Amino acid sequence: MRMPISAAALIIAGLMFGSSAAFAAQAAPQGDAVKGKANFERVGCYQCHGHQGQGGREGPRIADPVPLAWPALQAWVRTTSGDMPPYTPKVLSDAELIDIYAYLQSVPKAPDFKSIPLLSQQITAANVPAR
Amino acid sequence: MARKNASTGVDRRKFLAGAAVAGAATAIPAVKRAKAADADTAAFVKRPSTAAAQAEMSGNVPASPGTLSGPPGSDFMVDVLRSLDVDFVFSNPASSCRGIHESIVNYGGNKKPEFITCMHEESAVAMTHGYYKVAGKPAAALCHGTVGLQHAAMAVYNAWCDRAASIVMVGNRADAATREPGVPTIHAVQDPGSLIRDFTKWDDNPQSLQHFGESMVRAYKIAMTPPHEPILMVLEEKLQESAMAKGEKPLTIPKLNLVAPPAGDPNAVREAARLLAMADNPVIVADRVARTPAGVKHLVDLAEALNAPVIDQLGRMNMPNNHHLYQLGGALIAQADVILGLELTDFWGTVNEMDDSAAGEQKLRIKPGTKLISIGVGDLYIRANYQDFERYQSVDVSIGADAEATLPMLTEYVKQAIPAERRAMVAARGEKARKGQAAARERMLQAAAANAWDASPISSSRFSAELWQQIKNQNWVLVSRDSSPSNWPHRLWNFDQHHQFIGGPGGAGIGYGLPAAVGASFAHHAADSSRLCVNIQNDGDSMYAPGALWTAAHHKIPMLTVMWNNRAYHQEIMHLQRMANWRQRDVTTAHVGTTIREPFVNYAKLAEALGHVGIGPVTDPKELGAALKRGIEAVKMGEPVLIDVVTQPR
Repeated sequence: MRMPISAAALIIAGLMFGSSAAFAAQAAPQGDAVKGKANFERVGCYQCHGHQGQGGREGPRIADPVPLAWPALQAWVRTTSGDMPPYTPKVLSDAELIDIYAYLQSVPKAPDFKSIPLLSQQITAANVPAR
Repeated sequence: MARKNASTGVDRRKFLAGAAVAGAATAIPAVKRAKAADADTAAFVKRPSTAAAQAEMSGNVPASPGTLSGPPGSDFMVDVLRSLDVDFVFSNPASSCRGIHESIVNYGGNKKPEFITCMHEESAVAMTHGYYKVAGKPAAALCHGTVGLQHAAMAVYNAWCDRAASIVMVGNRADAATREPGVPTIHAVQDPGSLIRDFTKWDDNPQSLQHFGESMVRAYKIAMTPPHEPILMVLEEKLQESAMAKGEKPLTIPKLNLVAPPAGDPNAVREAARLLAMADNPVIVADRVARTPAGVKHLVDLAEALNAPVIDQLGRMNMPNNHHLYQLGGALIAQADVILGLELTDFWGTVNEMDDSAAGEQKLRIKPGTKLISIGVGDLYIRANYQDFERYQSVDVSIGADAEATLPMLTEYVKQAIPAERRAMVAARGEKARKGQAAARERMLQAAAANAWDASPISSSRFSAELWQQIKNQNWVLVSRDSSPSNWPHRLWNFDQHHQFIGGPGGAGIGYGLPAAVGASFAHHAADSSRLCVNIQNDGDSMYAPGALWTAAHHKIPMLTVMWNNRAYHQEIMHLQRMANWRQRDVTTAHVGTTIREPFVNYAKLAEALGHVGIGPVTDPKELGAALKRGIEAVKMGEPVLIDVVTQPR
């Protein structure tokens, strides 16, 4: 209950994922996004990455866009040794991972913040002096 | 046995006038002490009729059988607390404290200090913790002997780690010959302070009322000397309950003089200024810097003199978060050539990182040759057992001093130390930061939109934006940390006043959040009843001692609690799953023992049962704004309100 999960996961995973978006369109095995969403919940991906892969304090955004092409994502999930723990085939099969990949690709594109009044009105925040 | 048939003649007004005006003051007309009691007459006394034993101690003769012959010692204790301007005594009632409890209520009229009814000693101390961070002065927590202090211990540790002054008091009857057998003896202890001595700055067990007066004033002074920390004072039952002894000397309450916070050695500060002035990429890191509003101004002055970014570690409200030099997150650490750490609890963790992986790899986050400067009181006071001092970090300039007190001198020296030929570069650094702020804000807002904006459960950015929309035009204050919604309030809201944020628990002991928010709200309510106290409340934390909600309702403290309900001890799910990953075992069992479901807790109904207006659970983000609006309207009518919001994990 006492030790915080390190935010360093953000940095490490960001470095690994960051520059690979261009490869995301590479051919990947066809998966089932519906099954993938269930797997995403069942094996706990949502815990760090959020229910829609949006990222959070503990883990980076992994959907919209999916930051890795299939082979790189598969290799990452299997062999990561940093703050993200590895998912070996013993705990997550290739078929299950393919479905998760399909789910992540199916997450719709986020709206432009300028279309959301709650956010667009905050473009300019007053720079209030300290009191 | 010789007895003296005379009144003590104690005048409460004289006590107070003496303490407040003359400083060393309160006098009891001198009376001769009684001769020591014979062993034969110091017989076992059965509760609650302790008057005979008390009379034996004091040499007084009761006015009528079964009553005291004069004012009890606990009346004097109340006068001492009042002389120290203690507004509240947070307590769960207990027999070992019955003497002072009665004195607070009847002798003191339950005003200054006021007895605040708590449902757990841990909550009582956490309330003093939250109170201190708003009021800037300690309140008292009154704990039952042994078991009450054991309950309180975790909250004392949190306050210790968070450098929060708190007066913890515990009742005890040391004399085995005058205490009842059974529970009163089970709850008595030879050395009450030993239980929490590792994480209190000072404790004492006064054996006379004069001793109590002097020790309590000393304890207050120690607690309020940086590093501010909790202290423990034992209230001996005999002293509380006996009539005041007719001593030769009058009782006095010493005058309180607080220690001026120590500023840094001028030569060391000048060297720090030289390093900062000559740096190309200086970075300031602030943890518990701003003790007062002046601390915020001093930090801004230094940052602007250097045009250096300030990374806020959120230990206190250190700097307005919409200032162009304000930074959340430590990315700039890697680029710095000089790092100034101000009141850092964890300098090692600031410049190093360590994976929570099977290998536990560590690496340095800074460039080789980066100069490190530390200003803080952490080096001035340290204990051995508990490890809250973190890993040891070597630095180039180490200044043992209060950062807030040192900042004006450092800023002045920095201005003197920047050579003329570097001033254009320093100015350009600031201009670059100012221009970058707008672009960074747009990126942040897009990140908010992309953070599962329309999802149910409700996302952290949506939660925070909806709440900001409802409070931004109010006189709002946040009485909690905002780490669970991934610090989105610190990204989306405008924190620009010192009292708008109080930092976190310090020791990361769960169960702090709810009572600390209540304690902070007591202080806000006393300072300015128009303040809208907003508590972002973790669901798991609230279930440690939900009775704190009742305390707020009972004492009519309006506050808005918005539940961050991810229906789990979420961090623990991640830990459990990590273990399974490392061991290549079933990861789908991570919910066992870590989730709060089957059944879900209905926090709205729980809150209603504890005297709040309960709203929710809210699961649809489109309904959140209306729920918040309704809740705030009720708070403005004087009601405490809890809104249960079902959320994403973080």
